[in-house]
Amino acid sequence: MSATGIGASVKRKEDFRFLTGRGNYTDDINQPNQTYAYILRSPHAHAKIKGIDTTAAKSAPGVVAVFTGEDMQVGSIPCGWGVNNKDGSPMNEPFHPALAQGKVRHVGDQVAVIIAETYSQAKDAAELIEVDYEELPAVTNSEKAIAPGAPLVHDDAAPNNMCYDWELGDEAEVDAEFKNAAHVVSIDLTNNRLVPNAMEPRAAIGDYNTGTGEYTLYTTSQNPHVIRLLMGAFVLQLPEHKLRVVAPDVGGGFGSKIYHYAEEAIVTWAAGKVRRPIKWTAERSESFLSDAHGRDHISHADLALDADGKFLGLKVYTKANMGAYLSTFSTCVPTYLYATLLAGVYTTPKIYVNVKAIFTNTVPVDAYRGAGRPEATYLLERLVTKAAKQLGMDQVAIRQKNFIPADAFPYQTPVALQYDSGDYEATLKKAMELSKWTEFPKRKAEAASRGKLRGIGISTYVEACGIAPSAVVGSLGARAGLFESANVRVHPTGSVSIYTGSHSHGQGHETTFAQLVSETLGIPLENINIEHGDTNRIAFGMGTYGSRSLAVGGEAIMKALGKVVDKASKIAAHLMEASPEDVEFKDGKFTVAGTDKEVDFGTVALTAYVPHNYPHETLEPGLEENAFYDPMNFTYPGGCHICEVEIDPDTGTTQVVGMTAVDDVGRVINPMIVEGQIHGGLAQGIGQALLEACEYDDNGQLTSGSYMDYCMPRADNLPDFKAATETTLCAHNSLGVKGCGEVGAIGSPPAVINAVLDALHDVGVQDISMPATPQKIWQAIQAAAVLAAAE
Amino acid sequence: MYEFSYHKPSSVADAAQAIGAADDPKILAGGQTLLPTMKQRLASPSDVISLRGCRDLVGISSDGSTVTIGAMTTHAAVASSADVQKAIPALAALAGNIGDAQVRNRGTIGGSLANNDPAADYPAATLALGATIVTTKRELSADAFFTGMFETALEEDEIITAIRFPVPHAAAYAKFDNPASRYALVGVFYAKTSDGPRIAITGAGQGGVFRSTEIEDQIAAGKTPDSSSINESDLNADIHASAAYRKHLIGVMAKRAVAAAG
Ligand SMILES: Cc1cc2nc3c(=O)[nH]c(=O)nc-3n(C[C@H](O)[C@H](O)[C@H](O)COP(=O)(O)OP(=O)(O)OC[C@H]3O[C@@H](n4cnc5c(N)ncnc54)[C@H](O)[C@@H]3O)c2cc1C
Repeated sequence: MSATGIGASVKRKEDFRFLTGRGNYTDDINQPNQTYAYILRSPHAHAKIKGIDTTAAKSAPGVVAVFTGEDMQVGSIPCGWGVNNKDGSPMNEPFHPALAQGKVRHVGDQVAVIIAETYSQAKDAAELIEVDYEELPAVTNSEKAIAPGAPLVHDDAAPNNMCYDWELGDEAEVDAEFKNAAHVVSIDLTNNRLVPNAMEPRAAIGDYNTGTGEYTLYTTSQNPHVIRLLMGAFVLQLPEHKLRVVAPDVGGGFGSKIYHYAEEAIVTWAAGKVRRPIKWTAERSESFLSDAHGRDHISHADLALDADGKFLGLKVYTKANMGAYLSTFSTCVPTYLYATLLAGVYTTPKIYVNVKAIFTNTVPVDAYRGAGRPEATYLLERLVTKAAKQLGMDQVAIRQKNFIPADAFPYQTPVALQYDSGDYEATLKKAMELSKWTEFPKRKAEAASRGKLRGIGISTYVEACGIAPSAVVGSLGARAGLFESANVRVHPTGSVSIYTGSHSHGQGHETTFAQLVSETLGIPLENINIEHGDTNRIAFGMGTYGSRSLAVGGEAIMKALGKVVDKASKIAAHLMEASPEDVEFKDGKFTVAGTDKEVDFGTVALTAYVPHNYPHETLEPGLEENAFYDPMNFTYPGGCHICEVEIDPDTGTTQVVGMTAVDDVGRVINPMIVEGQIHGGLAQGIGQALLEACEYDDNGQLTSGSYMDYCMPRADNLPDFKAATETTLCAHNSLGVKGCGEVGAIGSPPAVINAVLDALHDVGVQDISMPATPQKIWQAIQAAAVLAAAE
Repeated sequence: MYEFSYHKPSSVADAAQAIGAADDPKILAGGQTLLPTMKQRLASPSDVISLRGCRDLVGISSDGSTVTIGAMTTHAAVASSADVQKAIPALAALAGNIGDAQVRNRGTIGGSLANNDPAADYPAATLALGATIVTTKRELSADAFFTGMFETALEEDEIITAIRFPVPHAAAYAKFDNPASRYALVGVFYAKTSDGPRIAITGAGQGGVFRSTEIEDQIAAGKTPDSSSINESDLNADIHASAAYRKHLIGVMAKRAVAAAG
């Protein structure tokens, strides 16, 4: 292993600029003659717009223009994934306007845009706009939304508020398994709604060049090419060569910056109208009301087991809240990223899943760190632990009994996926060692002596990432391919620029990708630049989400590097007067086997651009290669998370006192970065389990709309993490990599809740919902005490 | 934020004058409450009069029986003051646990008391310790100063200049954080004074900070304090805590404060 190659914990190249305030974020960018936009948003969850009077606003100081939905007649903001109903009919896909058309459907829905010389002037003018609303009853809960008589979010365009009623598997076949079962264990649970809270709020600048007729959009996006496609082709009808999308430094995404948002279309479209650049930057309160939220599932599941605790069948019924409109990936999250993971790490032979996707008067819901897989993992791992309790089995033993064994890969699950590799026993064993699992009773007794309830919880999980084989997702309804592109440009002096379609918004690609290049070409990291985030500079890209950057984007880079090495070897062969087959390339040097001939990479690069002595008959000058990589399968990270908590029964407060994560993320390129990714994921997982509650009241007002009420995890909420990896290689990509961006958030929530319930077991509490706040725990303890007294 | 005129007088007397001359003035201390409120357009003063130039409002002195803190003294300064740590360690600890480091470096004791946020910490200490609030017009006892949620006895043009804390025999503050904001969901300040025990409760009451003479009597009688005497219907309820939970926490925090004071 070289000091800068694969496996080295190289410090992040990008951190100097970020830590010294030299990052270049969308809001840092200013254009000459720039104007500012303020978006007037709906204060109501559901209302008819009977009229909008913008007269006073238009003549307010500094105002350049005011537009409403009536002015902005453009295409529907598209959904990227079509899902069919049980009966094969397509889902309901109501029109998704950039600016409200006659109706608002959630608090925060865009009603008008005010463009002025300054942001304050735009905001002042917004107060002069008179919107005549006729308030309508609202519905925010998915179960209530499909009850008869519920308010209809999209009227006839989505009867019963149903987007789709989808299924996977054969219900009758699974029912048959239940008939033979010795035990059936059932669970009802909610996966709480979350606000993603990237540190950088969303921002967008639209610019129109009156000379060339070209539009430019600077935006806080995880995938600028996808935005170009969605906004250009579907909303504004702008062809690719007339639309440039730039996503510069982006301060965190967690999924929330994948999607094409109305504000991007609004500033781009309006820039063409006012013929001046327009900047919009969200205020934090706007982020709460307009960034796509995450999760929000209500589920019931039944698990059939034989007398020995072997799983026979699983039935899962889920209601997924879509919010008011279909965000870009919203429809695939509770189906192809969720139901397909319900086998988990177990050999359950028969599985049936029914998912109803439902419209409500809430902010749209889409992928958030983990997307579908945390929902599946939470459901399964709560259910399995409950089964162990119900059957009087050990919670580790029941898992081991049902694990897919390490020698069973490739393993075909009953829910469509084929896992290529994994070793769940190995990650379990290591996590139990690191967490000192067997000594837990001692720690519990010691905590009891201090008046604390101590509990331990476990979760063993698998997820599917490295998204995704285009042919597979295409057959499942994806409306785009999910490959990645890379360009490797070797400069005459031997330094290298990589142009990747992946996008880094915190993940450290500028370091990890450079390590791939350093390893392959034997050149130092400082000679390598990673360029991303600009549709005019990067040939193509599908962007970063679903832990795909290394497994798909990195593989594309490896492919292009392979082509570079091929061509460079031919040039080297020419220089050394050898035949290309005899040339070897190692540590940055080309040699000829059995001779002392040697030429370094820099000399070859220079020769390619100063081709005086060059095989012109067979080779073109220059050293630059493109590659596209489309994966053959998803990748399947998995592992074991163990959480230990102490609960103060007097107040209901939970302190996480131990969190162990042993994850199999495939080959590790930079262990420090991987550990950082896992730490971040664990923080968000613990946040979901204990702290983060996105709540609406009955009128559809967001009651947790600021940090005064929405609880983000802070350092003192978290223990020192014990994070380790245990590797099986991905079997279908050259690097053997799987993905590490989401595992922390996928595996941990059920481990935390299982620990909380373990701690509360002795005081009679059987169930708790996320987030397990002090109040909920205290109330559960009270209720259990009342019940115990009654018995 | 709407437009306003900004003033930065260099003495309390000049500040009082500037307030008198303005249409709809607002005093600016640390700005930790006022500025967010103005940014959210919930306050729109015509004139903002900053007290940051009034050096006469900053400082801490202690004579053994009284600790006097200037209104513009920051939470960080109170927390790190050797005088406060020695005379009323519970007050220093309280100040050191308000908000985060940035908030403590800007926020002031005068601003906190004038604002009388029902979940703020200082009001509990001020009321339990029986402090005196000194203003440009008069001296007010803590019992008379706090008149309701976000309400005080201060007049429009009255400026808090200092707070005088009598040194108690012992004191302790037990705070149960709102998990999100980390203001007090329930905070109980207990002071053992020469007039007997005083208990002030913040975070819980619909009318802001309040004393519980019932709990004080329990303590005086040498009993373990509990919250059975608290009327649930006087307590706040929100997404973080029902009134019943707050009532329960008052008992737990009172017990902890008494135990910590020793
Ligand atoms: C993130 C955050 C967390 C916080 N956490 C806590 C917490 O845990 N506990 C807690 O107690 N507080 C907390 N606070 C509040 C903070 O500590 C300040 O005490 C509070 O904001 C007011 O003090 P200030 O000096 O900033 O006053 P300002 O915001 O400047 O003023 C507040 C009000 O008081 C008036 N005023 C100010 N000074 C005087 C004076 N001398 N005479 C008369 N009127 C005056 C102003 O006109 C205004 O109406 C938090 C604040 C923030 C932003």
